[in-house]
Amino acid sequence: MSDKPLLKKADFQSDQAIRWCPGCGDYAILAQTQKTFPQITEDKENTVFVSGIGCSSRFPYYMNTYGFHTIHGRAPTIASGLKIANPDLSVWLVTGDGDGLSIGGNHMIHLLRRNFDINIMLFNNRIYGLTKGQYSPTSEQGKVTYSTPMGSLDYPFKPTKLALGAEASFVAKTIDKELKHLQAMILRANEHKGTSFIEIYQNCNIFNDGAFAKLTDRDTKEEQLLRLEHGKPLIFGIEKDKGIYLDGTTPKVVKIGDEYSIDDIVVHDEEDRFIGDMLANFTESEEFPEPVGVLYCKERPTYDSLMSAQMDESQKGSKSSKGLNELLNAGDTWEVK
Amino acid sequence: MSKKAKIETLDNVTIRFAGDSGDGMQLSGGRFTQTSAIMGNDLSTLPDFPAEIRAPAGSLAGVSSFQIHFSSQEIHTPGENPDVLVAMNPAALKAHLKDLTPGGTLIINKNAFTTKNLKLAGYESDPTEDGSLEDYYSAHFIEMSKLVNLACEGIDLAPKLIDRTKNLCALGVLFWIYDRPLEPTIDWLNKKFKSKPDIVDANVKALHAGYNYADTAEIFTTKYIVNKAKLPAGKYRNINGTLATCLGLLTAVEKSNLSLTFAGYPITPASNILHTLANWKRFGVKTYQAEDEIAGIGAALGASYGGSLGVTASSGPGIALKGEFLGLAIITELPLVVINVQRGGPSTGLPTKTEQSDLFQAVYGRNGEAPMPVIAASTPGDCYYTAYEACRIAVKYMTPVMMLSDGYLVNGSEPWIIPNPDDLNDFDAEFVKENLTDEQYLPYKRNEETLARGWAIPGTKGLEHRIGGIEKQDVTGNVNYDSDNHEKMVQIRARKIANIANELPPTEVFGKKEGDLLILSWGSTHGTCKSATESLLSENLKVAHVSIRWISPLPNDLKDILSNYKNVLIPEINTGQFRQIIRAEFLVDAIGLNEVQGKPLGASTIVAKAKEIINER
Repeated sequence: MSDKPLLKKADFQSDQAIRWCPGCGDYAILAQTQKTFPQITEDKENTVFVSGIGCSSRFPYYMNTYGFHTIHGRAPTIASGLKIANPDLSVWLVTGDGDGLSIGGNHMIHLLRRNFDINIMLFNNRIYGLTKGQYSPTSEQGKVTYSTPMGSLDYPFKPTKLALGAEASFVAKTIDKELKHLQAMILRANEHKGTSFIEIYQNCNIFNDGAFAKLTDRDTKEEQLLRLEHGKPLIFGIEKDKGIYLDGTTPKVVKIGDEYSIDDIVVHDEEDRFIGDMLANFTESEEFPEPVGVLYCKERPTYDSLMSAQMDESQKGSKSSKGLNELLNAGDTWEVK
Repeated sequence: MSKKAKIETLDNVTIRFAGDSGDGMQLSGGRFTQTSAIMGNDLSTLPDFPAEIRAPAGSLAGVSSFQIHFSSQEIHTPGENPDVLVAMNPAALKAHLKDLTPGGTLIINKNAFTTKNLKLAGYESDPTEDGSLEDYYSAHFIEMSKLVNLACEGIDLAPKLIDRTKNLCALGVLFWIYDRPLEPTIDWLNKKFKSKPDIVDANVKALHAGYNYADTAEIFTTKYIVNKAKLPAGKYRNINGTLATCLGLLTAVEKSNLSLTFAGYPITPASNILHTLANWKRFGVKTYQAEDEIAGIGAALGASYGGSLGVTASSGPGIALKGEFLGLAIITELPLVVINVQRGGPSTGLPTKTEQSDLFQAVYGRNGEAPMPVIAASTPGDCYYTAYEACRIAVKYMTPVMMLSDGYLVNGSEPWIIPNPDDLNDFDAEFVKENLTDEQYLPYKRNEETLARGWAIPGTKGLEHRIGGIEKQDVTGNVNYDSDNHEKMVQIRARKIANIANELPPTEVFGKKEGDLLILSWGSTHGTCKSATESLLSENLKVAHVSIRWISPLPNDLKDILSNYKNVLIPEINTGQFRQIIRAEFLVDAIGLNEVQGKPLGASTIVAKAKEIINER
């Protein structure tokens, strides 16, 4: 970095009063983002937060950068167009499980496969908050809500699995209460060239309180969380005595000790799509721990860089500036006197 | 010449080429058009094709046609009833014979009149054998398939490919009848099929075969000459509405030093705009095929937010999907151009046919108080000026603008004076400059004259601000739910759009400045209404024609113009949408002439209606 004075957390705080419910997990995510951003940029004018509709989508109003609060589900389209117009901008997309996976599901998958250099923060609280408590595409089946008094019938998505299925080049998961981890994931997403997808488990204390309690409760969480580190074995537990073992292609949780040693445990490789898919499958399962961290990360050319290359290629050998006249006068012409 | 043909001079001719979708009728029509354009005729064309890419061969559903009206005088329409019908198979004859002028010329590919094809077209007996045609028309049955086969003997091409050249054979016959040169077509074939010399060879031979057949066979006794039209001086080219639209967009960004980002989703009949612009990367044009219609407008708006001029194009069903984003563009006050190439509706409707039935959708089709400028093109070449103005107004007033064209305009063509971009209205685009003070930037501070807010693009120091779809506080742009502020903002947005009328040029009145009848049109009915008015004026009737370009806002002088006539007639290819707007706006008891048949109106229908009104009232 240059000699410019570093920005501070306060530089990223806008003057707008925050209107989330007291106790909402969104506060923690906002604070960690504002805290992290001085490490991400020296020029906040080059940062744009784009969002859709929902509680999470109010996020841009609270960041003192450029911000665009768009319409329900469509933030990826605005973000893509913005990146086409100006590939140099750092574009962040804030969305939720309803905005990003239900009404905006189509745009989400196409953004991921195109691989624009955009960072997505998907707040997953497994409920519709802003419309006051209906089930979402990540709610567990049987969820009793205002719109499903006898329990929901929908089978839920696993967002990281969906992202991988949509050919995402970076897929990570974190939790609103894991402050340091959340910061680390934001930094990793920023480093990645391509579409970065971070799913953030976020507690809605009004309509779905405790949805992630077993993953955040101090006494239980280490038994439940599989903290991913590239090049390190997939072990977990308070005593770090459990790990993921592959029996052929079938993963199993095993106890490290007599029968299995640490050498039998799968070593995490962020570039290994097989491991990424396996970890995404662990989401919300009875049998496996919940993976947090970078599930998959492998760079490939971004849409914006490919487009810039085509634009450059098209300029080669052309007689610039005369463009418009050349086109206006193309084909057969004739004079009338 | 092996025989002496009589030579007659005509003012006007309308030819319709009709055949199976795979028969190459659009190509024959296109080449006849280009040759006539080079010869200096005024002309107007109307392609018509089925929605199916390849409907069953020989079926009525698969008939494709191309009509050209060419003249030694100025004309404004592709003509009504053709003087000449080229029918390449029984289905084409069946579908189009009813339109042929009584006594008109019929040119038929005799070889296609097989038992199977006759049955597919629903003929019980062969009309080329039973004498049913000769009594009413000047009918010529030419064995085109046989002629091209003989002509192409020795060329190493599959028989199927040889047979496909029969459209050039038909073209050759017409070139002889109307005394047109073959060279422009031969040059074009050489360029088009550069890498396939056998194809060029076969097509050139087929063209000659048709020409020579007409010259030597004793069936055509007269050659017709249609002289050059006395058109305004200038350098001309032939142009269709799609190309004119794209050139208008490019001119707009070149004059304003902006960049152009086009984002859209394929839909008939708008897709050719995307195809054309996709080839103009070398001029800095960025194009993006989005995942759906909503993403198309979203990406275009995102590009505008980022400082490029965002443009999207679609047709009615796609515009319906884009509606919510139009509202966002209106409240965030960002420039955006949305082109609706109208087609028959509702729903999927008639994808390849023309209609003017999306006017209400354009003017009113959004939630909330959402005023938006709407501009309509009147001829294929006018799409250029309309697209340019749409861009200019979008940027000057920081607003989305809807441009209406239609299937007839984008596919139809006419001779066009190549414009000089310097003659167009000035178009300056400026972004808000960086702010190095500690003062908070005010994104909704307005230009006093236009009421437009500044275009403050991400990447500019000191202008960091947030925009969105929630109501804005006046000046600061902060989220605001206050009732007085909301009402004020609704009014400001409405006034901003209404103010555009103050810079519109005086409305042109063609014909009498006052009188019995004003024919009022918008969009592509311009040509038909103008032709009808010319005809009525030649009979000394007190009529006039006004063609409206800006539908929202309407021109300030329209009210006075309307008051100068006893009656107002509004012909439209819908059930009376513009008439309702005019009635509501001016309390004028306008009369409608409405047809929704997926094709342009006929001038004779308007003339008849006009006379009826003048005589009755």
